[in-house]
Amino acid sequence: MGKVLMKGNEAIGEAAIRAGCLNYFAYPITPQSEVAEYLSRRMPEVGGVFLQGESEVAVSYMIFGAAACGARVFTTSSSPGISLMGEGISYIAAAQCPAVFVNIMRGGPGLGGILPSQADYLQATKGGGHGDYKLLVMAPASVQEAVEMVMQAFPLSEKYRNPVMVLGDGLIGQMMEPVEFPEHLRTEPSNKDEWATNGMDTRRSNQRNLVKTLYLVPEELNAHNLMLKAKYEQMEREEVRFDTYNLDGDYQVLLVSYGTMSRVCRTAIDNLKAQGLEVGMVRPQHVFPFPHKAVYEAAARESCRSVLCVEMCMGQMLEDVERSVAGRRPTSWYGKCGGEVPTPEEVMQAVKSLSLKS
Amino acid sequence: MGKTFARPEALAETITHYCPGCTHGVAHRLVAEVIDELGIRGRTVGIAPVGCAVLCYNYFTFDFQESAHGRAPAMATGIKRVRPDLIVFTYQGDGDLASIGMGEIVHAANRGEKFTTIFINNAVYGMTGGQMAPTTMPDQRTTTSPFGRKAAEVGMPIRVAEMLATLQTPAYISRQSVIKPKYITKARKAIQKAFTYQMENRCFSLVELVSTCPTNWGMTPVDAVKWAEEKMLPYYPLGEFKTPA
Ligand SMILES: Cc1ncc(C[n+]2csc(CCOP(=O)(O)OP(=O)(O)O)c2C)c(N)n1
Ligand code: SF4
Repeated sequence: MGKVLMKGNEAIGEAAIRAGCLNYFAYPITPQSEVAEYLSRRMPEVGGVFLQGESEVAVSYMIFGAAACGARVFTTSSSPGISLMGEGISYIAAAQCPAVFVNIMRGGPGLGGILPSQADYLQATKGGGHGDYKLLVMAPASVQEAVEMVMQAFPLSEKYRNPVMVLGDGLIGQMMEPVEFPEHLRTEPSNKDEWATNGMDTRRSNQRNLVKTLYLVPEELNAHNLMLKAKYEQMEREEVRFDTYNLDGDYQVLLVSYGTMSRVCRTAIDNLKAQGLEVGMVRPQHVFPFPHKAVYEAAARESCRSVLCVEMCMGQMLEDVERSVAGRRPTSWYGKCGGEVPTPEEVMQAVKSLSLKS
Repeated sequence: MGKTFARPEALAETITHYCPGCTHGVAHRLVAEVIDELGIRGRTVGIAPVGCAVLCYNYFTFDFQESAHGRAPAMATGIKRVRPDLIVFTYQGDGDLASIGMGEIVHAANRGEKFTTIFINNAVYGMTGGQMAPTTMPDQRTTTSPFGRKAAEVGMPIRVAEMLATLQTPAYISRQSVIKPKYITKARKAIQKAFTYQMENRCFSLVELVSTCPTNWGMTPVDAVKWAEEKMLPYYPLGEFKTPA
């Protein structure tokens, strides 16, 4: 199949089907309702399950129930809905069930607004629900990348037996771009007989399976958390993904940006180059695990005078960037979060206002 | 002559953590007997609530999921939608089902999800120490209604079976009790019907069981049975509120 022109939200729905996920539960919310609208038509065509739940709380537990009995399953929502799913996501991570959550972020806090935002970075990467758990968080910068990440999210969630989140800003959902659904990213759901509650008859052993999150014995809960921690550390070793732009030359400023915002930064970098100022960029493709080493090394380059984190929120990824840079270079933030995406000119202005004295 | 009263295969051979005189054990046994009788142990998935029965999977010998507080019907929906061949039931208390999980049970029932709910109405929150539940009786004292439940402040107890029976989709809604043998026989029959309807691919079924919590009622098991019979049964009448057409 060649390229087709598709709106991000519809492409995300189609990508899940192409990845081999035929089960979808969701609750409508702007700016991602088109996923549900698309799949309400498409799932019946492929013999899949589509159900509109009564709330995001309920949806997160429909996902839990389905995932715990071994099915590939996913949902999509936007910021306020993801907050409501926080409880369920914590349970799913604790119970070690694979599932995929897509968050097409809108402005917050509260009802905020329906325009694009990146203000759920901390919620996605540092928790959101209660307890010590992590999500593997993928952050696409184009509709094509959203498609590929959604397709990769399923096997990754099964590899780690952990929920995976695809974190897109509203533009990723609303934008129309040409996309291709890579055939090689279609995967078969893994065999889950060892732990899934799919009925004892389906298994050769006579062992019953139990999916639970309660550990009343302190030593057992501690051991459970250590085992989860070991998985998150494995993600940090094996799943760091990032992209770089203009990092070969002697850049004076390093930008760190992700999602749609990083595309604006590219234009700003090109324009600044034309004006004689070299600027490089690291773009995390996975925001957990965060590419700490790449950001540190890029910041530590001798020519680099300053690091600027550019995001559509009030400085959330900034915390990770500061941790990476570890004081080697002055690190600051530029962004907006009313739903207006900063223009290349605004980013250029922010770069020029940095003090670049050595 | 063979054994006339043996442990059902679906019930584990172990001691439960329930208080002396608690009726959770009776309800477990009835569910296990029905599962054995219908021969569905190998394709049944139970869902434990958050409440005293959170550990009920320790007493059953088939697949189980443990839910969050009130969300068992959503989990059951998830399972049944992706695996319609499985037999699925939720086991929920009155705090779990009628308070925090009221939204989930109403919508699952209304969608006609094809699972069964066993609903334990013991008029209090057992696990957390006897706080008021939506099913607590008028003037009943609990740890959060120390002067008795006042209808003027918190409304009257919710009759879950009657309320759900107003929905058109559910197949079977029944209220029974497990406090005395004469009620237990009928309760068993109701549970058997509920599971049978599910096997026939009919819509949602629920059996409410009027139960006791001697510990949090501050009564002996015998007095608790008497109190349930005198105070609860007149307000929570037993019977079938909805049967398949
Ligand atoms: C979200 C959430 N809120 C509160 C609790 C605390 N909690 C645990 S059990 C329970 C009440 C259980 O009562 P009920 O459902 O009546 O069951 P019983 O213990 O009486 O069998 C509560 C409030 C919790 N575990 N999770
Ligand atoms: S607290 Fe009440 S419901 Fe819980 S086990 Fe004891 S008697 Fe049963």
